Amino acid sequence: MSLAKVTQVKGLALAVPGDDIDTDRIIPARFLRCVTFDGLGEHAFRDERTGPDGLERPHPMNSAQAARIAAAKQGVMVVGFNFGCGSSREHAPQSLWRFGFTAFVGGSFAEIFFGNSTTLGVPCLTLSKDDLAECDAFVRANPEVELTVDVQNLVVTAGAKSWKASIAASARDGLINGKWDPIADLLEGAPAVDQTAGTLAYVVGK
Amino acid sequence: MAKTLFQKVWEAHTVRQLPNGQTQLFIGTHLIHEVTSPQAFGMLRDLGLKVKYPQRTFATVDHIVPTNELKEPYSDPIAQEMIEALRKNTKDFGIRFFDTNTGTQGIVHMVGPEQGITQPGTTIACGDSHTATHGAFGAIAFGIGTTQVRDVLATQTLALSALKVRRIEVNGQLSPGVYAKDVILHIIRVLGVNGGIGYAYEYAGTTFDGFSLEERMTVCNMSIEGGARCGYVNPDQKTFDYIKGKPYAPKAADWDAAVARWASFASDAGCRYDDVVKFNAAEIRPTVTWGITPGQAIFIDEKMPALETLNAADRATAEDAYKHMKLAPDTAIKGTKVDVCFLGSCTNGRISDLREVAKYLKGRKVSPNVKAIVVPGSQLTAIQAVHEGLDKIYIEAGFEWRGAGCSMCLAMNPDKLVGDQLCASSSNRNFKGRQGSQTGRTILMSPLMVAAAAITGQVTDAREVFTV
Repeated sequence: MSLAKVTQVKGLALAVPGDDIDTDRIIPARFLRCVTFDGLGEHAFRDERTGPDGLERPHPMNSAQAARIAAAKQGVMVVGFNFGCGSSREHAPQSLWRFGFTAFVGGSFAEIFFGNSTTLGVPCLTLSKDDLAECDAFVRANPEVELTVDVQNLVVTAGAKSWKASIAASARDGLINGKWDPIADLLEGAPAVDQTAGTLAYVVGK
Repeated sequence: MAKTLFQKVWEAHTVRQLPNGQTQLFIGTHLIHEVTSPQAFGMLRDLGLKVKYPQRTFATVDHIVPTNELKEPYSDPIAQEMIEALRKNTKDFGIRFFDTNTGTQGIVHMVGPEQGITQPGTTIACGDSHTATHGAFGAIAFGIGTTQVRDVLATQTLALSALKVRRIEVNGQLSPGVYAKDVILHIIRVLGVNGGIGYAYEYAGTTFDGFSLEERMTVCNMSIEGGARCGYVNPDQKTFDYIKGKPYAPKAADWDAAVARWASFASDAGCRYDDVVKFNAAEIRPTVTWGITPGQAIFIDEKMPALETLNAADRATAEDAYKHMKLAPDTAIKGTKVDVCFLGSCTNGRISDLREVAKYLKGRKVSPNVKAIVVPGSQLTAIQAVHEGLDKIYIEAGFEWRGAGCSMCLAMNPDKLVGDQLCASSSNRNFKGRQGSQTGRTILMSPLMVAAAAITGQVTDAREVFTV
């Protein structure tokens, strides 16, 4: 399986503030009533974007900037700390990716969300607290400036600004080498898998 | 060298190192349900792959099943479609399915232990973040995404990086009216909702030694709410006794060898932990959440935090929480009016939970202003409860007695809050909109606290309502 090498993602950026934004908020459970991921993009952050009265609420995802990212199918979401906590639903990164976000930059990411995103080829880069605050402020003040998320060199740049970034080494390796979906490597290990299985009593039926 | 259970299980299941430095880890037991598996089967078909070890995957339906309809087709066509899809997928690929008409269906994290599928020293994965529940048996159990469900189906392995291990020791005796649920809510309150990122939590100490397997499950279940992808308790005699005789438990001839093997996985004395945190059980009081994350919690007799006492980052989340919850900082939570009471979920929907509450519920009545439902986590639990006459106690008190499933924990079935109803809930998440209404409000608490709220119609200290 040949996959694109994700060495850097460049695009307009949208700041979605707040810590501990859970995956129920990113994609409410009623949108999990489906057997495919199709069409999830339009429901990303649905209950944050639309009030109980059905009217739009002020939310970054309702902005012209978000619409530009959706049209380009390319863009960077700048988030806070512990983004994507809670449920393991892959529907969460799937909905943001299908909306148009192709990279995340934040303070920290919940582990399952992180894995679900990078396995889609969507990098999640972490900035220090101060750098994140500066990046967030820059993005708000300069919506027309594209953000470059450089996975290869671990740096996020916007215009003349740049911030040192980090990501788990294994995720970086997978992204820049076009091996972000591990299935090919896992399948290749099949003979070794059978060998391990044979050593486990509960697997061989004891 | 002395090792932790995590290290031993990891080593026993390591297939090889992957080019990116991760470990290809063998997953001995794979559990699936209707919500996070259909896309995985779709990917499998797209890639032309088979299920590598069909006998090591077990399926049930839980999230979507209506709890007030016993016959199919259900009035909810989407629920029916999702169940049919899982029936077809399990049939096509030869996977054991604990279906709705078998008397064994239930929340996936209850079915594994009930069937004896969940065993010490094993690796378990499931497309559900509460998979750490199985850690109560000394298993290393991970919640995974749907693409990873595909990986396990196709290869029986996952690409993972090893976790650090934090030992969380709780010692001493809990006071009457304080439960395993209060212990985990307190741990998350202290360590934070992201404190566990990068860690497996090893729960230990005399309090855990004294806990039943069901109490251990309640704690392990909510590890992810503290940011830890997995949590476990070292296996002991109680663990082995619980498994003995279950359908998938090792048979008589293999039993002694299995027990010896299981015991050998327990963390060694003198092993090194990346972190150790200690709690005194006697200091833990009945705990309730007041906000929109499980870490926003207080003892029932405390005031909710004043904003100026919080650091800047916590303050922003707290302001959002107070607004959503329609509660005021620096006031008591006790006395807050409750509309709905939910007793159930993979955290607290087991037979011991139903028994404990029923003990106090006899002769009491649910407040006329409260809708109270009790949802056994599994059909086996429901059958046992009915056998013991517990259903009558609940119905007599004014609870609705429902069929098995996840129900109002995440409201993917018709059990939902309406408008800004406030729910006293024995479940695990108080996120905005979690219980099916975007303005709905959730307060997490122990099952007995839910019963106290049902009777008084307000958030109450159960110790003042019942003689505990």
